[in-house]
Amino acid sequence: MTTPLLELRDVHANAGETPILKGVNLTLHAGEVHALMGPNGSGKSTLASVLCGRPSFSVTSGEILFEGKDLLALQPEIRAREGIFMAFQYPVEIPGVPNNHFLRTALNAIRRHQGQPEVDAFDFLALCREKMAQVEMPEDLMKRSINEGFSGGEKKRNEVLQMLLLEPKLAVLDETDSGLDIDALRCVAEGVNSLRSPERGMLVITHYQRLLDSIIPDVVHVLSDGRIVRSGDRSLALELEEKGYGWLEEAAGAAPA
Amino acid sequence: MSTLGFREAFEALVPDAAAPAWLGDLRREAFQHFEAAGFPTRRQEAWRYTNVSAIAETTFELGSDAGEDASVTRAVNGAAFGETAATLVFVDGRFAPDLSRTLPEVATSLSVSWAGGSTGRPGPLGELVDPKLHPFAALNTAFLCDAARIEVPQNVTLEKPIHLIFVATPGARRVHHPRILVGARASSRATVVADFVSASPEVSFCNAVTEIEVGPGANLDFVLCQRETSPTFHVSNLAARVDRDARLATHTLCLGGNLVRNDLQVRLVAEGAECRMNGLYLGTDRERIDNYTEVCHEAPHGTSAELYKGILAGSSHGVFRGRVIVAPDAQKTDARQQNPNLLLGAGAEVNSRPQLEIRADDVKCSHGSTVGRLDEEAIFYLRSRGVGTEHARTMLGQAFAAEIVDAVPDQGLRDALLALITARLWTTGEAS
Repeated sequence: MTTPLLELRDVHANAGETPILKGVNLTLHAGEVHALMGPNGSGKSTLASVLCGRPSFSVTSGEILFEGKDLLALQPEIRAREGIFMAFQYPVEIPGVPNNHFLRTALNAIRRHQGQPEVDAFDFLALCREKMAQVEMPEDLMKRSINEGFSGGEKKRNEVLQMLLLEPKLAVLDETDSGLDIDALRCVAEGVNSLRSPERGMLVITHYQRLLDSIIPDVVHVLSDGRIVRSGDRSLALELEEKGYGWLEEAAGAAPA
Repeated sequence: MSTLGFREAFEALVPDAAAPAWLGDLRREAFQHFEAAGFPTRRQEAWRYTNVSAIAETTFELGSDAGEDASVTRAVNGAAFGETAATLVFVDGRFAPDLSRTLPEVATSLSVSWAGGSTGRPGPLGELVDPKLHPFAALNTAFLCDAARIEVPQNVTLEKPIHLIFVATPGARRVHHPRILVGARASSRATVVADFVSASPEVSFCNAVTEIEVGPGANLDFVLCQRETSPTFHVSNLAARVDRDARLATHTLCLGGNLVRNDLQVRLVAEGAECRMNGLYLGTDRERIDNYTEVCHEAPHGTSAELYKGILAGSSHGVFRGRVIVAPDAQKTDARQQNPNLLLGAGAEVNSRPQLEIRADDVKCSHGSTVGRLDEEAIFYLRSRGVGTEHARTMLGQAFAAEIVDAVPDQGLRDALLALITARLWTTGEAS
C-alpha cells in the first residue's frame, strides 16, 4: 500500500486550554478530495488550525503524518514549503505588504525548499496574470497590500489565487465557501477543480453541502464533538443537507458547546 | 563635565589660509558660548531623556584628512545611490575635492568660494541656530573650517538631488563637525541629501549643524540620512526658515548610531508657508535615538504635518518630542503631528511627548502617538505561505517604514534606504 498523503491517528487537540479534538482518525491519499463537515463547534476549524500549525492550538496526543513524516515537528513555514496550503476562513489584512511581493517571496521560498529554480519578477508576473484570469481577479489587486480593503469575496479569491500559484500537494480549505455569493463560489470551485490531480489531495472543510455540488468529494466525513462520527461517499453530504445536523447530536448524546 | 578637551583642540585648529577674517571672530564667540554653557545635563528639560556624559567624558580628536584613505573612499562609494546633480564629500568636516563633483554656483563648499576670492559671510551662516541655546551648535561653529554650501537660484529646478556625504577619517575617537548651508531662492525646487557614513568601526562623534532658508514659493526636500555603522555619537541641529507660500519637507532617517540626538526647528515666517516633517528611527541593541522637533507658526494660513515613525528592537530607546507653537496672529494654522511606534524588542522603550502651545483661536491642531507590537496574526499568515519568521517580521517592519521611505523624492535613494532598513531589520530579528 502507498503511503497516505495525510494521516491523522487518534488526534487530541486543544484550542488554548480547551480540549476540542477528542480522537480524530483520518487517512487521505494523493488524488483524493475529502470533505469534512459538521456543526458549529464540532472542531472543524481546530482541525484546520492544527494542520497548518497555528500558535495557541496544541496537539495533546496522537500523531499527524504528512507523506509519512511527522507533521507536528515542523514549523508552519516548513509545512507550507513541504506542500501544505491552507485557505483561511478569515484571511488577514496586512497593510503595507504588496500582494505581488509577498507571493513571489512565498513561491520562491517553497521552490528553494523543493530544489527548484526561483522565479524572476518577469516570469512571476506572467504566471500571476494567467492565474488571476482563472479566478477572475482584477490585476490591480496584485499591487495592493495583502487583502487590505478587499471585499469578502475578493479575499477568498485571493486565497484561491495563492493556492493556484503555490501548487500545493495538500490543500486545506477552511470554510472558503462561507459568506460567498454564487459567482465567487463558482470561481472558488473552478479553481479547486483545476488543481485536482492524481498527485494532489484536498481537504474541503465546510458547513454546507452547496460547495460540494461543484467540488465533488471522494469521501465525506462528519465531525461531531471532536470526533469523526461517520464517513461515507458524497451521498452522506446530501443526507446531511436534507436532515441537518440535529440527528447527529442526538446520536452522539451530547449537546454541542 | 569638562569642556577642556575641546579648548586644546580649539586653540590648535589652524584655519584655511584663504579663510576670511570674520571666521575667527565667529569661531571665538561660539567657543565662548560653548564654554559658558558646558555640556547639557539631564536636569535640563530639553535633555531629560538623553544623557550625553559619554560624549563629555571622551577626549575626541579632529582628524586631519591626511591625503587619500581607502576606507573613506569605500564608505563614500558605498553611499552612492544613482544620478545626482552634484556630490560633495566632506572628510573630517573639510571639503574633499577629489571625491566630489560640484555644481558651480549651486553646490560647492565655503573653502572653494574662499579660494575663488569670495570671502563674504554667506546667507544663513550663524543666523538660524542660536549658539546660546544649543551648546552643540556652538561647538560646531567653534570648529567651523568649511561647510557645504547650496544656493539654488531663483526659478531654477534641479531634477536630480544634491548629495552631501560626511565622513571622518579612521582613527580612535574621531570627531567631526559637518556644517550645511542651504538657500533655496524664490520659486526654486531642489532635493538635498545629507548623508552621514562611517569609514571605521571605532567610536566617533559627529556634530552637525544645518541652516536652511526656503525663499518665497520655493520647494525644498531635505533628507538627513544617518547611517553610521560604527559606535557613533551623533548630534544634529537643523534650523530652517520658510517664507511665503514655500514648502519645506524634511526626511530624517536614523538608521545607525549609538546615541543620536536630532534637534529640528522650522519657522514658518510668512503666510501660506508649509512644512512637512517626516522621520524614521530604527533602533537596535542598546541604541538611543532622541528626536526633538519644533515648528513655529508665525504667520496665518501655515500648514505643518509631521509624521515620525519608530521601530525599536533589542533594548533600544526612542524618544520623540514634538513641539508646535502657534503665534497669536497665525490664524488658520493647520498643524498635524503623528508618532506611531513599533516595539520589536522585549527591552525596547519609547517616550513620546507632544507639546502644543497655541496662542491663536482659529486653528486646527492635532496630535497622536501610538505604541504597538507586530501583528502575530499577520506573521502567522505569512509563515503559512512558506515565508520564514525573520523574513515575515522584516516584511512587516518594512511595511511600517514604507510610508516614510515612499515620501523620499528619489527612486535610487528610496531603493538604497529600503535595502538599509531591510538589513537592519534582519539583524534585529535575530537579536530579539
